[in-house]
Amino acid sequence: MAAQAAKKTGGSRSRKTQGAAKAAKANTEDYLRMYRQMVKIRAFEDQANQLYLSAKMPGLTHMYSGQEAVAVGICEALTDEDRITSTHRGHGHCVAKGAEFRQMFCELLGREEGYCRGKGGSMHIADQAHGNLGANAIVGGSMGIATGAALSAKLQGRDFVTVCFFGDGATAQGLWYEVMNMAALWKLPVIYACENNGYSEYTKTEEIAAGSLTARAEAFGIEAHGVDGQDVLAVNELAQRLVERARHGEGPFFVELDTYRYHGHHVGDINRDYYRSKDEEAEWKERRDPIVNFGKWLEAEGILSADDLVAIGDEIRAEAESAVAYALNAGYPEAGEVDMHVFAGVDHALPYIDGYAKGAGA
Amino acid sequence: MTREITLSKAVNEAIAEEMRRDPAVFLMGEDVAEAGTPFKVLAGLVDEFGPDRVIDTPISEPGFVGMAVGAAMTGSRPIVDLMFGDFLYLVMDQLCNQAAKTHYMSGGKLTVPMVLRTNLGATRRSAAQHSQSLHALVAHIPGLKVAMPSSAYEAKGLMKTAIRDENPVVIFEDKLMYQDKAPVPEEEYLIPFGAANVLREGRDITLVATSSMVQVAQKAAEALQADGISAEVIDPRTLVPLDEATIVESVRKTSRAIVIDEGHRNFGVTGEIASRIAEKAFYHLDYPVQRMGAMDVPVPFSPALEDLTVPTPEAVAEAARRAVRGEVADAA
Repeated sequence: MAAQAAKKTGGSRSRKTQGAAKAAKANTEDYLRMYRQMVKIRAFEDQANQLYLSAKMPGLTHMYSGQEAVAVGICEALTDEDRITSTHRGHGHCVAKGAEFRQMFCELLGREEGYCRGKGGSMHIADQAHGNLGANAIVGGSMGIATGAALSAKLQGRDFVTVCFFGDGATAQGLWYEVMNMAALWKLPVIYACENNGYSEYTKTEEIAAGSLTARAEAFGIEAHGVDGQDVLAVNELAQRLVERARHGEGPFFVELDTYRYHGHHVGDINRDYYRSKDEEAEWKERRDPIVNFGKWLEAEGILSADDLVAIGDEIRAEAESAVAYALNAGYPEAGEVDMHVFAGVDHALPYIDGYAKGAGA
Repeated sequence: MTREITLSKAVNEAIAEEMRRDPAVFLMGEDVAEAGTPFKVLAGLVDEFGPDRVIDTPISEPGFVGMAVGAAMTGSRPIVDLMFGDFLYLVMDQLCNQAAKTHYMSGGKLTVPMVLRTNLGATRRSAAQHSQSLHALVAHIPGLKVAMPSSAYEAKGLMKTAIRDENPVVIFEDKLMYQDKAPVPEEEYLIPFGAANVLREGRDITLVATSSMVQVAQKAAEALQADGISAEVIDPRTLVPLDEATIVESVRKTSRAIVIDEGHRNFGVTGEIASRIAEKAFYHLDYPVQRMGAMDVPVPFSPALEDLTVPTPEAVAEAARRAVRGEVADAA
């Protein structure tokens, strides 16, 4: 697909997956779903960004735009039983794992109908029904959780696989090395998916990462792969193979996905020339956009026409707009909700912790 | 039938019984399998349950506590062994940012039924990094339950309740009490959380004590009895939830209170309980509520110094006598 852009990441890659693997998904339906899922993520993020810029959203949020092929390529290889853990930049993972716009926007706006009843917000959406164990606002914070989910699968003799999404910045956390060690020792069904978007918050990755990331995983005896994270078919082809192998006890695996974030670290990080040039951003957006390039491929293969592509974009944009309108009018949680869900089996935590209300079984 | 067993054996029995009852329960931590921990509390469990359910981990506390959180979120019920309470500092993110907040942040969708068992207690000549009593740190965090067994009987009943709880529970055992024996029924029993134990009824002063300080308070109460002072001794059993009503009711009756806990005195459990007494029994008090905790210094190695840092029965009894006599103790 597109040529390699200027961004460099440290060190060599092992088992680099080459180009678009046309045989990845053998039928049109899968291609269409992958395309739609990527467009959904972009549409969601465009609306979320607008909500922030128009001061309709409390707090701030981190845009996934530009990285869609990573979430979709991987999650399309997973079932609802398979688990993921996500990051502060997690809307893409949510959508790709099956989450609905309405409940997601409600969560971003702190409304009761949100996935977490408005208690989590943008950085903590969890969608248990689709195997999403939740986004995490501590960089690298979910690496233990993902590995523990994989341990659960092994102990219980269940065949679900867990994918741990994290960014290049998280590879600087010591936790990763602790859990990779245990995952490798115990052959756990976990895939560590590092979305290398070139920036650790406001710092170039090459300034914070010595050596090679894949070599770090390989040091634990973990099979490591590098793949073009802008190429949804290449990502999906690799993910399908690794998920299947992990399911059969051949895990863990590490994948470094070369990708790019279109926005700043968060929506408010607008003047960012001091750490990233506009030329570099233009290069990725114009030549390596995962949605545009996959759309072109679908057209070239005769699967969709240019009009079809436009129609899909319009339809999904309208769906996102309608979900935003719904969420803006949805109700906030009642005040009495504030001390609910602190403890499972306890209606309200405040009387409970002072000993004035009993919890279930305790 | 009741026999006398050690606290160590009581914990071992509680875990074994729960592992037999529920196949989702498993143990993980450093040297928990063949070694059975340095204190031998878990000895023999690996023989019955095998290395898949009694898992020796590398020395990676944040790693295996984080894994316990993920395992708990996906249908397992891990018991994590943290070899020394001092290592809590290593696992704070996994325990306080992840385990404690997951249920709330997910709006009740995800649950984290896990037990972190660890220990507390000084005077073992282990110096400042193996002697701390850090339960106040975790009791401060919403979403964590905190249990403080004070005997073999308590340890067994509270551990079984902890394992069946749907939430993260941190349970602190006093490492100096592992060989202490107490009567423990052979029949199954559980001790509910949030129900304080009144070990001794009294009229003149209430001694609220946690963990090994319950023994200290009991000895002090016996000494006081010889002086004609009747002390009530209360063990809250759990800090979260805290049975505030039992404590407040007792102090309303006795009009005096000393709170004794082995955590540091500053900003800790004694201050918390004392302030609740002040808030809810103020007009019943005949003397300022006293606090006795570990001295606010890192725990020293030298026995000559270390023994100065923890409350003793003599010091508690003396403080109680002053209170009953109405002597102003530390007037500035």
